[in-house]
Amino acid sequence: MISRILIILGMVGLFMIFLPIITNFHESQNLRELAVNYVEGSVNELNTPNIVTSVVVTYRGLDTLGEVTVLFLATVGVGLLLKRRNGKQVRRPVSELLQTTSSFLFALIIMLGVYIFTHGHLTPGGGFQGGVVIASGFLLMMLSNVNVKINRTVLHVVESFSGTIYVLTGVVGLVLTIGFLNPKFLPLGDFGHLFSACAIPVIYSFIGLKVGSELTNILDTMGGE
Amino acid sequence: MIGAAFGAIYFKSLLAAIISAGVISLLASVIYLVLGSPDVAMTEASIGSGLTTVIFLYALNSVRREK
Amino acid sequence: MMISTLILGITLLLIGIYAMLTRKNLIRIVIGFSIADTGTHIIIVSLGYIKGRTAPIIDGAVDAANAVQRVVDPIPSALVLTAIVIGLAVTALMLSFVVEMHRKKKSLSIDDYQELKW
Repeated sequence: MISRILIILGMVGLFMIFLPIITNFHESQNLRELAVNYVEGSVNELNTPNIVTSVVVTYRGLDTLGEVTVLFLATVGVGLLLKRRNGKQVRRPVSELLQTTSSFLFALIIMLGVYIFTHGHLTPGGGFQGGVVIASGFLLMMLSNVNVKINRTVLHVVESFSGTIYVLTGVVGLVLTIGFLNPKFLPLGDFGHLFSACAIPVIYSFIGLKVGSELTNILDTMGGE
Repeated sequence: MIGAAFGAIYFKSLLAAIISAGVISLLASVIYLVLGSPDVAMTEASIGSGLTTVIFLYALNSVRREK
Repeated sequence: MMISTLILGITLLLIGIYAMLTRKNLIRIVIGFSIADTGTHIIIVSLGYIKGRTAPIIDGAVDAANAVQRVVDPIPSALVLTAIVIGLAVTALMLSFVVEMHRKKKSLSIDDYQELKW
């Protein structure tokens, strides 16, 4: 009984803490000064139509590096905790219609994922969305084929390779221009073309590959029990 | 959405609770689109109602097989 | 900012925290954490919305010259993009802990794991 009263008191207290968000709320009419700076910098200096991409990769590049690190730590943690069991699982054989269709769809899904993360600076999307699409393509293959084994060595090599090249691109930016992860060492290009916007598509492609292979690793470890 | 959130807490079977959490992610993705950010909507739709639900179902399967 | 989405976000956050405090099943606690995470992200994204403006992508609808008067704030979108992926990573780690705990003691109720209490 005491614990229930304490929980209700705690919830009311939390609600009181969050109440000033609603009561001190006034609509703003213009963008903040920092947002104006980012929007104009993205249009004039970096030639990127997608403003959110230029904020994530260039102006807040260190946050993206931290996020890639957190994903890597989570993958290592899941891989360490769940050891493989040797028990064989008895499953019904999958129908042939499903196997053929999913093999055909797998190629289309991988192509869609690669399209999303290479055109990250032109259309909504980017590295993270493309990586998740690639991981869900591998999930389709794992769910419809009973005895498929994913080649773990290739996954490990792709993941470490992309991560290293992402950090090396940042260091090259440090050596050739002023700041870490400054993408201005490649040519600017025209507005709206695929090979424009300095080094942003290069960085986003490697992030997409790394995220895709890490999520596939997590799904393979958790699903094989 | 509030109905789906209460359903996720109070349903008896765990399977129904996991699917209610997926429905919450789906509705949140539509809200992000109305608020003017298509990047966040795409990310939430693919991660929230795709991968999170699948990971929950894998964990439920591992737990049920041991019993 | 829109008031209705702010209230929705705060309600989801409170429901998630309530689920983490009162339920006994381990998997339900993780579901509550995921709901609280979604609520927080809705609050952050709805703080960047300005009425009457559109998405921050420059194409046929928004011109490059007057983009400053036509776009929504792009900074909260960038922060929430990172936060969603991190939420997925933490949820996967928590679930692998739950599976490993069940293997040791064969029980999913939090009343059986009392070793860390005073």
